[in-house]
Amino acid sequence: MQVPDTLRYTSDHEWARADGGRVRVGITDYAQDALGDVVFVGLPEVGTAVEAGAVLGEVESTKSVSEIYSPLAGTVVAVNSALGDAPEQLNADPYGEGWMVEIEPADPAAFEGLLDAAGYRELTAE
Amino acid sequence: MSPGTDTTADVIPGPAAGGRASSAPLLGRDAEPTLFELSQPGRRSWQLRTTGVPEVPLDDLVPADHRRTTPAPLAEVSERDLVAHFTRLSHRQFSVDLGAYPLGSCTMKYNPKICDAVAGLPGLADVHPGAPVSTIQGWLELLVELEEALCEVTGMAAATLQPAAGAAGELTGLLLMRAWHEAQGRQRTKVIIPDSAHGTNPASVTLGGYTTVTVPSDDRGCVDLAALRAVLDDDVAGIMLTNPNTLGLFEEDIEAIAAAVHEVGGLLYYDGANLNAILGVVRPGDMGFDIVHLNLHKTFATPHGGGGPGAGPVAVSARLTPFLPGPRAVRLPGPDGPAYGWATPDRSIGRIHSWHGNALVLARALTYLLVHGSDGLRQVAQLAVLNANWLRHRLSATYDVPYDRPCMHECVLSATSLKKATGVRALDVAKRLLESGFHAPTVYFPLIVDEALMLEPTETESLQTLEALASALEEIAADAGTEGGHDRAAGAPHATPVRRVDEARAARQLVPTFDARR
Repeated sequence: MQVPDTLRYTSDHEWARADGGRVRVGITDYAQDALGDVVFVGLPEVGTAVEAGAVLGEVESTKSVSEIYSPLAGTVVAVNSALGDAPEQLNADPYGEGWMVEIEPADPAAFEGLLDAAGYRELTAE
Repeated sequence: MSPGTDTTADVIPGPAAGGRASSAPLLGRDAEPTLFELSQPGRRSWQLRTTGVPEVPLDDLVPADHRRTTPAPLAEVSERDLVAHFTRLSHRQFSVDLGAYPLGSCTMKYNPKICDAVAGLPGLADVHPGAPVSTIQGWLELLVELEEALCEVTGMAAATLQPAAGAAGELTGLLLMRAWHEAQGRQRTKVIIPDSAHGTNPASVTLGGYTTVTVPSDDRGCVDLAALRAVLDDDVAGIMLTNPNTLGLFEEDIEAIAAAVHEVGGLLYYDGANLNAILGVVRPGDMGFDIVHLNLHKTFATPHGGGGPGAGPVAVSARLTPFLPGPRAVRLPGPDGPAYGWATPDRSIGRIHSWHGNALVLARALTYLLVHGSDGLRQVAQLAVLNANWLRHRLSATYDVPYDRPCMHECVLSATSLKKATGVRALDVAKRLLESGFHAPTVYFPLIVDEALMLEPTETESLQTLEALASALEEIAADAGTEGGHDRAAGAPHATPVRRVDEARAARQLVPTFDARR
C-alpha cells in the first residue's frame, strides 16, 4: 500500500497536496483498495465553499457509497471532471490521475495540522 | 444408456457437456438467446378473439400527434418459443425452492405452498378491488384479521396494510412522523440512524424531508448510548432502529434509548427487516417503539427476491393512529348491515398505494400466521436464532467473528484474515459458494465490518443443510491457501451457467435495455 511521504492525510482516508496556494485532494491507496471497483464519483461545483470535515463529494463502488470529506476549510477552485467518464482512475492512480478537487484554503497554515505520512501509516497499520 | 450401447454413436450431448439439444441451448454454458434474437417477423403469442364490440377509429382515441410514427421494436415470438425461453432461463436460476439461500438481512425463508393455495382461491384472486362492500365481506374480514394479528405480534394499536414493501413502509413511517410533529405545532429537522443501519433508512429520511444524523456503534456492535445522548435535542424528529440490528445483535439498551429519544419529544421507528428473530418473544411496542414496519415478504414467508411483489404494513401506537393512510378495512358497529367496511382516519396522510396494497400477499401472510399460531411463530424465531448461532459457532474456527457474542437470526463473519493470508476476498468466497449449490451470503454489509459475510440461514433449513453449508465454506477457505487457490477463487464461479460477471463495468457502462436493432 502506497503512502507517499510528500503528502498529508486525514483519518477519513483523504490525501492533500499543497501546490502553490492550492491544495489538491483525493482518496488514499488504502481507501481505494477498501472501496473496491469505483463506478461513480460525485464532485462539488467549482466555487463551493466548504468547511473542514464537511462533505466534499461521494464515491460509489460495487460495495458501497462513501462520502468524501474536505481536509480543510476553503473554496473549491477546480474539480477533476475526467473522473465522470473514467471513475476507475481512482483505483488505478489514486495519487495522480485520480485526484478529485483543488481547494483554495481559507487558512493555508491549517495544512500543517493534517496527518503526515508516518501518522497515516500508523493509523492504517491495524 | 445400457451396457450394450455403442458409445461411439451420435448422442445428444447432455447438460454436463455444455451442448445443445435440437437447435436450442438447454442447460449448458451457451448464452440463452434474447427474445430479440429469437424474433421472426409476423410471429405472435396471442390472438384477440372477436368480441362484437364495435370498432372505434384510432383518431378518436389517441390524436395522431400523440402516436408514434414507426412501429415499436418488439420481439415477435410464438407462445411455444416464449415459454421455452423463460423455462430455460428459470432452469438456470437459483431460488428459495431449490436450496438454502443464506442471504443475510433478506430472510429468504422457504414459502409454504399452502399460502399460494389460499391466495389462488377464486374468491380471493378474482375479486375487483372496487367491488361493493357487501360483496367482499370475506376479503375485508381477512384484512381486519391480518391487521389485528400484526398488531398483536408487534404490540401496536393499529396498522395500514397499503405499503408495497419495506422501503414504502419506511417512507410511510417518516410521513407519519412528519404528520405527528406538524400536529404538535412545530416541525423538526433531524432523524437519527445508527452507522450499522440499512441503506434504505437514510434514503427514506431524505425522501421524508429530514436530515440524517448518524450515531456510531460501540465496541459491542450496539448503539453508543453516550453518542446518542450527545446528538439528542428538540430538533430530533425521531430515530430509526432495527432490533436486532444489522450485525444480528440485540440492542440491549433499547429501553434507555427509547426513554432518551422520548424525553426530547422524538419518536422511535422500528425497521422490521429483522423481526424474524423476535417473533412471539418480545414486541417492538413493548420496547417503546411508536412506528413499526413489517416486511411480510420476509417474516411472514411471502415471495420476494424477484418473485414478489412484497408488502410492508406499518403499525403504530395509539397516538399515531389518526394519521394512518386510508382507507382501512374496519369492523362496522351495529347489528344491522354489513359487518365490515372501509374507513379513512380523521387526519390521514392519505393513500400510500393504489387500492388496498398488494392484497394477495396479505392473504398469504395471514395464512402463514394462522397456520403457525402463536406457539409456532415463537418457534420460528427460536429456530432462526438457533440456526444462526450454530453457524456462527461452527465457522468461528475458519472465519473472523468481529462481534463474538451470541447473535440473533443472522451472523456476521469477516474474511479479513483469509484475505490477508491468501488474497481471497469475501466476494470470492461468495462466488465459490455458488458452486456448492447454495446461494451466496450478503457481502460487504454492514459497512462497518471489513470483508463482511452476512449469513442468515432462517428457521427452515435442517441441521443437515447447515452442516453442508458450513462444510462448503470451510472447504472454500482451506482451498484458498493451497497451490492455485487464489486464482480458483478469483475466477469463481466455474460450474454455473453464467460465470463471474463484471459488476464494475456493468455499473460504469449502464445499458438497461437490449436493443436488437443496434
